[in-house]
Amino acid sequence: MSAQPTRAQSQAVSLVRRRPLQVRLRDLRVSGWLFLTPLILLNAVVVLIPSIESVAYSFTDWTGLGAATFIGLDNYTKMFGNSDFQSALVHNVIWTAFFLVVPMTLGLFGAYALLRIKRFAVAFRTIYFVPYIVASVVNASIWRVLLSPDMGLGRLLGINFLGETRWAFFSVMIVNTWAWWGFLLVMFLAAMQSVNPSLYEAAEIDGASSTRQFFSITLPSIRPTLMFLGLMTIIWSFLTFDYVYILTQGGPAGSTELLSTLLYREAFTNLRAGYASAIGVIMALISAAAVVSYLWVRHAKDWEM
Amino acid sequence: MTASTSIRTSESARRGPKRRQLSVPTLVMLCALAIIAVGPIVLFGFNALKSQNEMAQNPLGPPPSWRWRNFATAWSQANMAAGLTNSVVIVLGTIAIVCVVAGCGAYALARINVAGGTKFITYLLVSSALPTQMFLVPLFYIWTRIGLYDSRLGLIIIYSGLFSPFATLLLRSFLITLPKEFEEAARVDGASELSVLFRIILPSALPGLFTTALVTGLSAYNEFMFAVTFIQNSDLLPASTALFAFQQGYTKDYTLISAAGMIMIAPMLILFLVLQRRFVEGMASSGMGGA
Repeated sequence: MSAQPTRAQSQAVSLVRRRPLQVRLRDLRVSGWLFLTPLILLNAVVVLIPSIESVAYSFTDWTGLGAATFIGLDNYTKMFGNSDFQSALVHNVIWTAFFLVVPMTLGLFGAYALLRIKRFAVAFRTIYFVPYIVASVVNASIWRVLLSPDMGLGRLLGINFLGETRWAFFSVMIVNTWAWWGFLLVMFLAAMQSVNPSLYEAAEIDGASSTRQFFSITLPSIRPTLMFLGLMTIIWSFLTFDYVYILTQGGPAGSTELLSTLLYREAFTNLRAGYASAIGVIMALISAAAVVSYLWVRHAKDWEM
Repeated sequence: MTASTSIRTSESARRGPKRRQLSVPTLVMLCALAIIAVGPIVLFGFNALKSQNEMAQNPLGPPPSWRWRNFATAWSQANMAAGLTNSVVIVLGTIAIVCVVAGCGAYALARINVAGGTKFITYLLVSSALPTQMFLVPLFYIWTRIGLYDSRLGLIIIYSGLFSPFATLLLRSFLITLPKEFEEAARVDGASELSVLFRIILPSALPGLFTTALVTGLSAYNEFMFAVTFIQNSDLLPASTALFAFQQGYTKDYTLISAAGMIMIAPMLILFLVLQRRFVEGMASSGMGGA
């Protein structure tokens, strides 16, 4: 008599508690989007809407002020026939190739060396990472002095690094590499540290040299990181702006002009916002091509990230 | 990606290939790389302490005597007080917005598992791969139209938009590693979703939020392209573009430019040296630092 209501009660309690929770979690899968709303709004205002506008404006003669008239593909046909655009594109391709080889090699070499030393590895890593956390404006003024023909290495070697067409582009690439490679080293080191140590032990027993171990164990093991950073290098190399803009403004005689600095000047100095938008769209398409081929390779070879 | 491995350097020192005594050539190379990495910065610090005359005669050596007053002169001439104040406002504003926005977003993606969450993550990745220059121009004119051009708030909103996707992914990867039992118990006890977020998740996510704040703050402090495009008023310039204006301006006194540059990087250098593991962990777990 007294047991009956207690059981009913406890059943009722468990019903009250359990069902709403499941319902709630199911509802949450939809209402949870509320938590994403601020992110979506911010992204829409800052990235998505202006990007869509950019595509639209690329088909117009918009100056940035006033109305825009639709002119079809004129901007694109003009762009590909324009020598400034062509040379900027070539510079970007050289820049990308350089950054895929030089900083990557430095980063790989440095990380592998740090992986094998007993002491001071953290200290070296910290030192190598410092240029990466220094603002590009400051790095640029550091190197402007160092490369200037009347003060730094320039005076020592008698070369006007940033003022001569044959040196300027190479100099800017070196400065950006200097600021950048420490980041790659840190990423590679983190990846290398998670490689299964028994692989090295086996190689050690087989008497494989450390160079051999690097190419047959380390490199294949960190391939996902290598691929990913390769992709990011391609994407970021088209974004490069700061060092060129601060050190040379694309000069002398356009020898350091990149698509990003060309776009910037067309938009804000020459007031050809429509044309600049078209350059931006081409840059986005190049990035997209890099991402798609990366995903395709990853899928085709069944590599995981 | 591999955050956990980078923080456990001392432990992983026992893993990896067999550690030998440093061979001399390797050590020489590592030291050479170290000199190349920080040598220019040290030299910059030296130049900040020279007189113009000393710098002209001896541009690549240490200062004969330390002219600390260069820093005072640079501080006032380069308008660094205003620059640093503006930077602090912009950086803290960005951090606050990014932490809230990315915190909520990461919670939805890591814990609630919202429908279509994976697709949304792909969208975030793709939108971060878009060249910033592509939306820079229309954004500039939108900001001009709605009165956000030449305002610190305008720049804060842009930075929040730029940095929050990455911050969301970073926090999400952190939240995924936390145990779920506490929040489930809280839900069973009838706690609302907001109180689950603020009373259960938030306290345990604080280390992740701290890393996110550091990485976001560093990016906002160092950012250049949007700062130079969106702020013209010399009273509102953040440190990065105040310094740029100073070196573009009439002064050709490199000792003062160096001193102003040292003033700008000092806070970040100190923060980095104190918290270097967190920085490195945050950067390495992302793979999205930006060039």
